Amino acid sequence: MAAATGAATTVELDGVSLELFTGGSGPPLLVLHDYEYLNAWQPFLAALAADYRVLVPSHPGFGRSSLPPTFDAIDDLAYFYLDLLRAQADPPVRVLGLGFGGWIAAEMATRCTHHIARLVLVDAVGIKVSDPTTRDIVDHFVIGPEEYLRLSWHDPALGTARHKLAGLGELTDEELVTLLRNRQSTALYGWKPFLHNPKLRSWLRRIDVPTLVLWGESDRIVTPAYGRVWADAIPGARFVTLPAAGHYPYLEQPEAFVAAVAAFLAAGAPTAPSAAH
Amino acid sequence: MDAYYFTEMPYPYVPEAVEDAYGTSRVLLPNRYCDPRLVADLYNRYLDEYEYADELGLDLMLNEHHQTLTCLDAVVPISAAALVRRTRRARIAILGSPLPHRDNPVRVAEEIAMLDCISRGRIISGFVRGVPTEVQPSNAHPVFTRERFEEAHDLIVKAWTTPEPFNWEGRFWHLRYVNVWPRPYQQPHPPIWITGSSLESVTWVAQHQYTYACFLTPYEWTESLVNAYRRVCQEHGYPEPPPDKFAYLALVYVGETDAQAQEDGKGLLWYLQRRRHKWLNLPPGYVPPDQMAKAYRGVGGKPYAESWEGLQAKGIVIAGNPDTVIERVRYLHERCHIGHLLMMMQAGPMPTEKVRRSMELFAREVYPAIRELGVRQEARVS
Repeated sequence: MAAATGAATTVELDGVSLELFTGGSGPPLLVLHDYEYLNAWQPFLAALAADYRVLVPSHPGFGRSSLPPTFDAIDDLAYFYLDLLRAQADPPVRVLGLGFGGWIAAEMATRCTHHIARLVLVDAVGIKVSDPTTRDIVDHFVIGPEEYLRLSWHDPALGTARHKLAGLGELTDEELVTLLRNRQSTALYGWKPFLHNPKLRSWLRRIDVPTLVLWGESDRIVTPAYGRVWADAIPGARFVTLPAAGHYPYLEQPEAFVAAVAAFLAAGAPTAPSAAH
Repeated sequence: MDAYYFTEMPYPYVPEAVEDAYGTSRVLLPNRYCDPRLVADLYNRYLDEYEYADELGLDLMLNEHHQTLTCLDAVVPISAAALVRRTRRARIAILGSPLPHRDNPVRVAEEIAMLDCISRGRIISGFVRGVPTEVQPSNAHPVFTRERFEEAHDLIVKAWTTPEPFNWEGRFWHLRYVNVWPRPYQQPHPPIWITGSSLESVTWVAQHQYTYACFLTPYEWTESLVNAYRRVCQEHGYPEPPPDKFAYLALVYVGETDAQAQEDGKGLLWYLQRRRHKWLNLPPGYVPPDQMAKAYRGVGGKPYAESWEGLQAKGIVIAGNPDTVIERVRYLHERCHIGHLLMMMQAGPMPTEKVRRSMELFAREVYPAIRELGVRQEARVS
């Protein structure tokens, strides 16, 4: 595997001082990270960097990225990352959106796919599926880290070792403050409506690039049934589940995850999606 | 020194084991444990006690909280309305309206103006940001509570002081015709009080020259906030703030003897002993990440875990015979420049007889001795 470590750089764009990890060579692959997550050059990124130039930004307000005073909604992130893609325009970029990053990726792709080649959504939040009294997305703001691990990992013991969460295990002061700032920024973008855009589901039909919806079979933050609704709403999207994985399959089953993503990303030239699913 | 009677209107009938099972007395504790017939008795008892405080010559303070057994006063304009027509003398300090959590600040302006007119100007309008556990009941954005507070405040004051319709298109609220009827009875508007416990809040309050209210803070903390207020006044060329600019809320019990007060006063601890849910109390963005990190590490915060003796040493509890209480209030006034003493005199299952006796002793034996404290000092300054 190439690019065992990703280089951290800073990119100035749209008033954001953006922390950006890059590694590998090949066609560009943009990876948008999740919430309750400390963005870092994880083994799954190193594996993907064998075939792609992997770009892993920390969202504005997350990690070491700054937060402009006007950013307070998911639209701001969608337009911001469309601008980042425009700067990488040739060739079009593969986009891998993880959880919260999947929501951002979908908001981007419903607006404009001129610079998007293929789309992978992994255990994404962002749409409303059930009736008003049913939470589609776990309210992680009122549960402790142990309960969060229980819901987000197939094997919580593995999560304890691999997943840095505020309030869990040994963290440096910088890691804890970063995780809490990430949490604050998650609330900034997703407090109300809770981590979704009520209009997004009906606009997913605008997505006209090949899309893979990939889900951890044991994810109880957002369940596979919720994931299937995503796939049904995006023309031609494929839905694949990963066994023995929860909300963070790239941390829990990195090899199976990379295999599924790599197979989809490598498949032929971009094809027109089928008219109906 | 003015003194205000206060109870949070607790619901003391939920077994401790139930609270333990849910880990909290708020938000997540099911309301199936609330018996409305008992609540009816409680409301009438608490309102009777407020009326008695008015008869004794005390002023009154009300507050509101949501979805909690610690406070049945969920809608403070309603309890205030129940009192304005049944009292004749007392000022009623509403402390306060939780501005970030209200959907429409103009509605707050109307409520206060209406109460102020019915009471012929006896209303003090307190505005509060709301404790962390107000975030879940209102679902207001926790990252913007300060910004929402300030915009709501600006809108309300403008609604009270603008004699014609105006337009408001702000960040959080959009109203194209603001023209409240009635205008407040007190002109230009009722006194505004703001609660707080941080340097950020005291700075803003001092800049606006409002009364700053500290709740259950230790002497040295209260003193440093009062001094911060003074520094802001000096920097802006404002006059030295009189005691009228400072209010302090303590748990207060007056007994016939020190021994009896030390015994019966412990009932006030009920409020501090309620279960605090770690995660409900730490909504994201309520405080900046570095402060939140300290809370995660278990550093700082109000001394709820203090002993009865420790709470008295810090000034959070004032309990004793009338002479002892006079001495404690005098010390609080001299050290922290307090002009308004807010007295939580009832908590949990404390019976009405004890509460009324404590109120009587305060009104008849303590109040005359401390009444002139702030007034004399203020007169000296001017």
